[in-house]
Amino acid sequence: MSTDVTPEAPGAEGRPLASRRGSTPGRFGNRLFAGLSTASGILILVTLAAVAIFLVREALPAITASPAAYADFTRDLNLGQYIAPLVFGTVLAALIALVIAVPLSIGIALFIAHYAPKRLSGPVAYVVDLLAAIPSVVYGLWGFFWLVPKIGPIMDWISQKLGFIPIFADYAPPAKNITSAAIVLAVMILPIITAVSREVFLQTPRLHIEASLALGATRWEVARQAILPFGRSGVISASMLGLGRALGETMAVLMILAPFARGTEVYSFKILASAEHQTIAANIAQQIREAHGMGVSVLIASGLALFAITLVVNMAARWIVARRAAFSGAN
Amino acid sequence: MTAVTDRPVPAPDIAPNFATTPSGRRRKRTNAIMAGLVTLAFLIALVPLISLLTEVVIRGGSTLTWQFLTTDMTGVFGDSLDGGVSHAILGTLQITGLATLISAPIGLLAAIYLVEYGHGRLARTLTFFVDVMTGIPSIVAGLFAVALFAILIGPAYRSGVMGAIALSVLMIPVVVRSCEEMLKLVPNELREASYALGVPKYLTITKVVLRTSLAGIVTSIVLAIARVIGETAPLLLTVGIVTSTNASMLEGRVATLPVFAYSQYSQDALGVGADRAWGAALVLILIIMILNLVARFISSRFSIAEK
Repeated sequence: MSTDVTPEAPGAEGRPLASRRGSTPGRFGNRLFAGLSTASGILILVTLAAVAIFLVREALPAITASPAAYADFTRDLNLGQYIAPLVFGTVLAALIALVIAVPLSIGIALFIAHYAPKRLSGPVAYVVDLLAAIPSVVYGLWGFFWLVPKIGPIMDWISQKLGFIPIFADYAPPAKNITSAAIVLAVMILPIITAVSREVFLQTPRLHIEASLALGATRWEVARQAILPFGRSGVISASMLGLGRALGETMAVLMILAPFARGTEVYSFKILASAEHQTIAANIAQQIREAHGMGVSVLIASGLALFAITLVVNMAARWIVARRAAFSGAN
Repeated sequence: MTAVTDRPVPAPDIAPNFATTPSGRRRKRTNAIMAGLVTLAFLIALVPLISLLTEVVIRGGSTLTWQFLTTDMTGVFGDSLDGGVSHAILGTLQITGLATLISAPIGLLAAIYLVEYGHGRLARTLTFFVDVMTGIPSIVAGLFAVALFAILIGPAYRSGVMGAIALSVLMIPVVVRSCEEMLKLVPNELREASYALGVPKYLTITKVVLRTSLAGIVTSIVLAIARVIGETAPLLLTVGIVTSTNASMLEGRVATLPVFAYSQYSQDALGVGADRAWGAALVLILIIMILNLVARFISSRFSIAEK
């Protein structure tokens, strides 16, 4: 057993001994591999930081310049006046989508987790997940060619019967309004809200359900007493994930919503009215072709606002999930 | 008090028989109504899925010919039904391929870091921000690529690489997440057995962990490709659209299927543009379907047998 190996020894023997320093064979490979995988992890963090940094850098000219510098592009609006209505439209569309999607998703998740027979719940979950596989541009086509003509008469009817409520007033065909866009957004965020809600519903401790049953609860009462309270924070964070998706979705809005014309009312709560809203993402996609120099900078500044909003929403959602995972004891 | 309802509702299997008191009847009715509503929610979700798929198949199917798949749009004007999507199919494959070449190694290595190495603060930070990154709007990823290349090369520069970078930003977190799940499935006993035999850690990872989870990893990557191949907004900003094949990834705009569908729609939504858009949509959905089938095949054929 040679314990004292001089540094020259491996060279003298032709090949380095694996046991040169105690028992660390594959030292170099280990280091290389650990280094590579750590570097990849860091690279991801750097990328995320780079997204923020480059957006800020390219948005700075518009943020610091006087409004006159980009007045051509924004039609004499300053940066705040340009972006604020877009933020309003973005949030409004996402919220309408959420109002439609959340109850449906909870229903579907309950159906999968609690109501459907075991044989059926797998395929049902798969079918809902299929909705997530469809590209947004196809949703846009579907919205324009299928949904808008079909939903128009319904909206017309609602506007006539309930038009005295301000939000339903002033429907004008075709139905290329914010509600149509939001319906498509709702379909697009349905799978993610359903998937996350389903997972937390399935985690409901068996004993909670059995305790409820032992008290003579009906199937719905089990859902209301055991499953829904247990899954509430999960559903909230799922909804926020869906909200983040809906805020950033471009194509469906771009292809369905007729954007507001300049000079019209831009903070409109009339959700059936035509040409009174626009979202940040759709505006970027629509304007980028005509934009140059300062115009691009203005658009990137609006993108930065969108990035900040979705980042906050997503971080809040993830934080709720993480907190829940730490305290629920479910895993 | 005997309550005889003319249409008795069949009691759910777990509900006790309590149809004899007013409150019992109310509870039973609520139960039945909610069961109906929950089922209805699922049926409502089927409406968009079924109508969308039938629209794509019917409207896209009428456009889909061999000629549509094998020609590009060079010199196609007006209402002529000539032209096709060969250049867009190639472009989609080029850009998604490059995005995969960037994302798959980085994503897989980061997943290996998270499962095999990371236990401290960096790992927790990374997990959190990978989750946050999955929520980046696709258009912001596109803007990032635009901003990055505007600084590196110039504001007017457009190329396939930009699109691939934008897609990578969207794809990496997906790859990390799903590969992480796959690596976690590898039983710890295998790692311990390997260490017990004196195998160094990196060889344990490459020869034991990765080999065991290979099918799962390939499946994850294929599914991640299926996720980003339909991305439209980032490609609209970065690679735009052209009428002919552009084999170069470093120079000039590249046509892709989603952007082709959008641009045909936006040029001529009531004429042949709509037909071409639906045709491209069908091709895109077929590609995604094939990718999903490949993923299912790999995972069912090659994965570790689950007991």
